[in-house]
Order: sequence, then C-alpha cells, then structure tokens
Amino acid sequence: MSRPDGIRHLLGIEGMKAQEIEALLDQGDSYLERYRAGRKIKKVLKNRTQINLFFEESTRTSTSFELAGKRLGANVINMVTSSSSIKKGETLIDTAMTLNAMRPSVLVIRHASSGAAALLSQKVNCAVINAGDGRHEHPTQALLDALTIRRRKGRIAGLTVAICGDILHSRVARSNIHLLNTLGARVRVVAPPTLLPVAVERLGVDVYTDMRSGLEDVDIVMMLRLQTERMRGAFVPSPREYFHFYGLDAEKLAAAKPDALIMHPGPMNRGVEIDTEVADDIDRSAIREQVETGVAVRMACLDSVCSHLQAEEDE
Amino acid sequence: MAAERRVVYMNARLLDPASGLDETGALLTVGGKIWDAGAHLFADGVTDGSEIVDCRGMCLAPGFVDMQVFLNEPVETTARAAAAGGVTTIAVMPNMNPVLDRVSLVDYIERLARDASVRIHPIAAATKELGGEEMTEIGLLRAAGALAFSDGRRAIADAQVMRRVLTYAHAHEALVIQHAEEPALAREGVMNEGEMATRLGLPGVPAEAEVIMIERDLRLVALTGGRYHVALVTTQAGVEAIRRAKVQGLPVTCGTAPHYFALNELAVEAYRTFARTSPPLRAEADRRAVVEGLADGTIDVIVSSHDPHDVESKRLPFDLAASGVIGLETLLPTCMELLHGGHVPMMRLLDALTVRPAAILGLSVGALAKGQPADLVLFDPNAPGRIDPDTFHSKAKNSPFEGRPIQGKVLRTVVGGRAVYQAG
Repeated sequence: MSRPDGIRHLLGIEGMKAQEIEALLDQGDSYLERYRAGRKIKKVLKNRTQINLFFEESTRTSTSFELAGKRLGANVINMVTSSSSIKKGETLIDTAMTLNAMRPSVLVIRHASSGAAALLSQKVNCAVINAGDGRHEHPTQALLDALTIRRRKGRIAGLTVAICGDILHSRVARSNIHLLNTLGARVRVVAPPTLLPVAVERLGVDVYTDMRSGLEDVDIVMMLRLQTERMRGAFVPSPREYFHFYGLDAEKLAAAKPDALIMHPGPMNRGVEIDTEVADDIDRSAIREQVETGVAVRMACLDSVCSHLQAEEDE
Repeated sequence: MAAERRVVYMNARLLDPASGLDETGALLTVGGKIWDAGAHLFADGVTDGSEIVDCRGMCLAPGFVDMQVFLNEPVETTARAAAAGGVTTIAVMPNMNPVLDRVSLVDYIERLARDASVRIHPIAAATKELGGEEMTEIGLLRAAGALAFSDGRRAIADAQVMRRVLTYAHAHEALVIQHAEEPALAREGVMNEGEMATRLGLPGVPAEAEVIMIERDLRLVALTGGRYHVALVTTQAGVEAIRRAKVQGLPVTCGTAPHYFALNELAVEAYRTFARTSPPLRAEADRRAVVEGLADGTIDVIVSSHDPHDVESKRLPFDLAASGVIGLETLLPTCMELLHGGHVPMMRLLDALTVRPAAILGLSVGALAKGQPADLVLFDPNAPGRIDPDTFHSKAKNSPFEGRPIQGKVLRTVVGGRAVYQAG
C-alpha cells in the first residue's frame, strides 16, 4: 500500500509502485532546484541521527548520503567496518544490535552480501536504506539515474535505455531494470554472454551481446563499471578485448540516437569500458550531473523514511 | 529365565511393502522380534495375557530407515528426533568433527549407538579427511561396521579417485554414496541458478552440476562394477540419467529428500536461509520430476537429510549462512502430501522409507516378517496439523517447513519391541 506519509524502508526498487518512485523523484527534483537556487531547506531531519554503516568502502556513496543527511539537519555518523573481519555476517547482526540501542532514525547500509539490508531491517526499529547489497540492489543509484534522465529528457516512459557491461555482478543494473520498467521505459542489456545473469530476459529486458546493435536508436546509454580482476580470463579474456567489443567509443555510440545521453555510476575505468573523449563530452555525458542529482535524491529518500517514522511516532 | 515380553498390536492397518501386505489385523511381538502378523492373528480376540496396544485402525508399518542423517547434535537429541519421526534406523554421515575416516571413530559411533533409543549405523568417509585424494581403510572400516562410503556433502570429484574407490569398495562389497554436484560448477553457488537467483542477486548452481557428476559416475560404475548410490537426486536430468542407468542394468540406486519434492527454489524468496540446502532447492519442473521418479521407483529411497544448524549459523546474509535443513520430524507428513495429492501410492512411499533403504544398506530391518526386529511405526496418515518447530525434539529448529499445513502424524515408534516414542 502506498502511504502518503513516506516509505518504511528503502531496500530495493523491485516491488515499488510507479507512484512511490515518482514521489521520490519529484521530491528529489524539488530539493535539487531549491539547493541550486540557494533557497532555504527545511531541516526535516533535525534531532535525528543517521548512521552510515558501510561494510564495503565507497567514498562516493557514503559522502553523498552524509551530505544529504546534513543538508536536512541530521546528525550523521559514518561507520566503515572492515570487510576483512573473519565473519562478516556476525559483524552485521552484532553491529546492528549495538547501533539499534543507540536509537538512530535511519541506518544507511552497504554490504557485500545480497539481502543484507533486508536482514538488517528485520533486526532494528529504525528505517533502513539500502546503499548497495551484494549483486542485489542499489535503489538510490537507480533513483538518481532516473531523475537525471527525467531532467534531461523530460520523461522516462517510452525511452529506450541500454544498460551495458557487467550485468551479472551489478546491483546498479538490477535496480535500474526494475525502475525503468516500472516507469515505462524499454530496457536493453548489452554484455558479453559470460557477464549476463541466467534468465535475465525474465526481468523484462531485451538482451544483446553485440554492442552496436544493442545501442541502435537508444535514448540512453548507461555504462557499468567492470572490475579489472574480472577481465583477466575468468569472465573476459583481457581489458583490451573487452574495450574492443564493449568499450563505449564514438564509433559505437554513433549507432545510438544523435542526442543519446551517456551515464555511468562511477568510478569510471577510462579506456576500459568508456573512452575518455566520450566520458567528457559535456553535451552528451550526464556523468557529472549524476553526482549532484545523487545528493538530492538521497535527501528525498531520507525525508521519505523520516516522515514515515514521524507519522508512526505521532500515532 | 523370565518369559519374553509379548505385545499385541490389535486393530491395525498392517502395511508391509516387502510382502505387499495391506490388511486390517494384528501383529505380535515377542521380545525384540516380530512373531507374526495378519488378519488371521488373534481373530478370535484371545491374546493369552499379552500386552495389548489398540491401534484403532491406524497404520502399522516397519519403522523408517533413514540413510542420511548428519550428526551435528548430541546422539540423544538426534535419536529422540528420529523416534518422534517414526524413524527406527539412521545412517549417520561421515562429515562430523572429527571426520569419520578411521576405524576407532567407527567403533566410537557403534558404542554410542548401543545406548541410543534408535538404531544408528555409521557411513564412513570414502577419502581421508574427506579430502578427495586418498582412500580410507575401506576394508577395515567395513568390517568395523561402516555400512557405506561417502564424502558426505562433498562430491568425490577426481575421476581417478572415484574409479579406485568404486573398484576397491566393490571388492569388499561396499556401497559408495555420492554427493552428485560437480564442484567447479557448484563452487560459488548458494541457490539454484535461474530467474530467482538473478532477481535476488545470488550466485547460482546450475542443474547441470548434478547430471554431469552422475553421468560421469555412471561410466565409472560401468567400468568398475562398483555399487553406486546417489544420495540426493534433485533435478529432472538427474532422475532421467538414473532411469536410463537402471534400464541398462547398472548397480545404481538413489535417494531424495522431502524438501526436493515438497519445495522448489521459490522457498528461498526473501533470503530465507532455512531454505538454503546443498544441493539447492530446484525449479518446479525438477520438483515434479523428482515426484515422478519416486512414483515409478527410479528414486529408490527417501531420506530426511536431517542436518541441524543453530540459529547463529542461519541468521546471516544468505551467502554466509550454513546450508542444510532438519527433517526427521517432518518426514512422515511431508511424504503423506504425495499420498494425499494422489502422486505416489502408500506402498511405494513406505517402500522408499523402509525395506528399500534397508536392502541398499544391507540391513535386515524394514519388514513386518516373522523373525524380523520389532521396529515399528504406528501412524495416522490423515491427522491434520501445522508444522511447529517449537514442538520438535531436535535442538536445532532449521526447518524450511515451519507453519506448513500438513496431514499425517506419528503415534508410536517401537524399536526392538520397546516403545521409544508415543505421541502426547
């Protein structure tokens, strides 16, 4: 049931309704405009504590969440737990119980295991926002991508989006597939067959293993990061071969619509999945914009879960 | 010498898959043995002062023989769980701590077994430390009482090692039990490969991992003549491979467990770690193939694959959680689902739970024949209920069936003529 007073947790895009997603995008858009215009932002998280619990290091995402929380007046605490601890799972539950006792309002969690955010949400009383769990989902990334697209293209419904690269290991791909499908876009995935998850077409995407045909007439080219250790023979023979067939350069991009937008969740491997010239093309690349949109969308997510909390507390 | 204890089970629906007996009658046990059974027995109601158990028309069958139990809990709680599930004989798997790969450890299990309320037999490791490289003392272990040889939840992966194990075990008339999962294909997987795994973002084990290992082994069985048993068949292709091998006349048998015919991969939804098993729960088409395999006898036996894990090892993110489910106390009601659904007849189910596993293990239990040990289970195949792990005798509660509405209840379990369990 969609609640007028925000969402309980943000664990994943799968299962969310279009209007819930639109509400977050609208709110994010409004925060972006206000911030850019230098207008006052209501401190809706005043007297609230937000803990960023990162079991995997990610400077970008945790900084973005930190900034979002602070702009809304929250007390933000960052916790980075080394993922080299012997039993990650034990650390997760133990840490969760300890943090829960500190009565935070929001826990933002990143963890290497799929389902970790959902598990945590069962153990704590506060709101949980998934900042990436294993290969499962990264909902705020999908939301910021969607807002970026909406701002540039004016809509999402009816657009054709190609998600290219390491789909198999990508939580960004999964969240984006669910979100874009829910909002009526046509989604393609483009990847070498070894980096495509089994039955990925059942998620509602068209599957391409040839980059040029995959990019034909698309409105959006969404590149994914490919970790270099996966290019040494296990999934892909070499970075050189990968770039040859799947790296985004001007030539392959020519197949897309002339005004096609290029996106990347960062950090980029220049010369591996994306050509530097393409990445820096200010007219076509939305990569830097994504970072700014990210803070605004995360503000919207924090706002949403906290207004849900507020509604519960008021009851 | 005091007269031996005589117990008469009156008004029972006698079910004996070994002889095909299915009639209402009585069964007499004298001491630890079955004396006689049938409609003719005590037809006149005269029981000569024997102890009487009125079965009220309920089913009386040989006690269940469970070929795959993992002894992660003390023998007492495992035995109590077995008794509560109608299981009178269990074979324990070698992957315990320490690994059951030495004669002294087999002796130790045999000693523990003497005081247990149900019959316990060891299955010894096929390779030292389950390392998959060096053979254990198969001949000596066999003589010490090991019923079969297996590397537990690990596949005997090396083809040369498997060939030699089969060849050597054959000379000692020993059975080799395989965990049929090609390890390289299964290594990273934590659930069945497919749409569900893709949605959950969990690495999968393809169904092919099973049939690849089975088909390789079948070639080695043909080469060596060794007696081979697949512990758990869980896929359509696996069932078909075994079916073909039996037509060929190879000395091959196999088993499955209730979670492979009562559940499919959807049980993993929402990262339910209690549904994490090895091999993983499979797709619906596989589940149906397992049911068919049971119905036509391709799958010989049903095991509980009882594998207790404490809360700490299951309350983890899915990929870090322990794999395995408990099953002794849900064995009967889950099997009765196949009966009530019209998928597998009663006699075939009981065959898979009693005489067939007994024959494969070379045990003289599992039948209602004169002179057989008086190992019995009295059960109501229809009693409705809901699975509630809090009522289990097993210490661990990791059942994937929690809350499931069921029919079928064990009323009494008898081992060697003595009641070891009675429903409250």
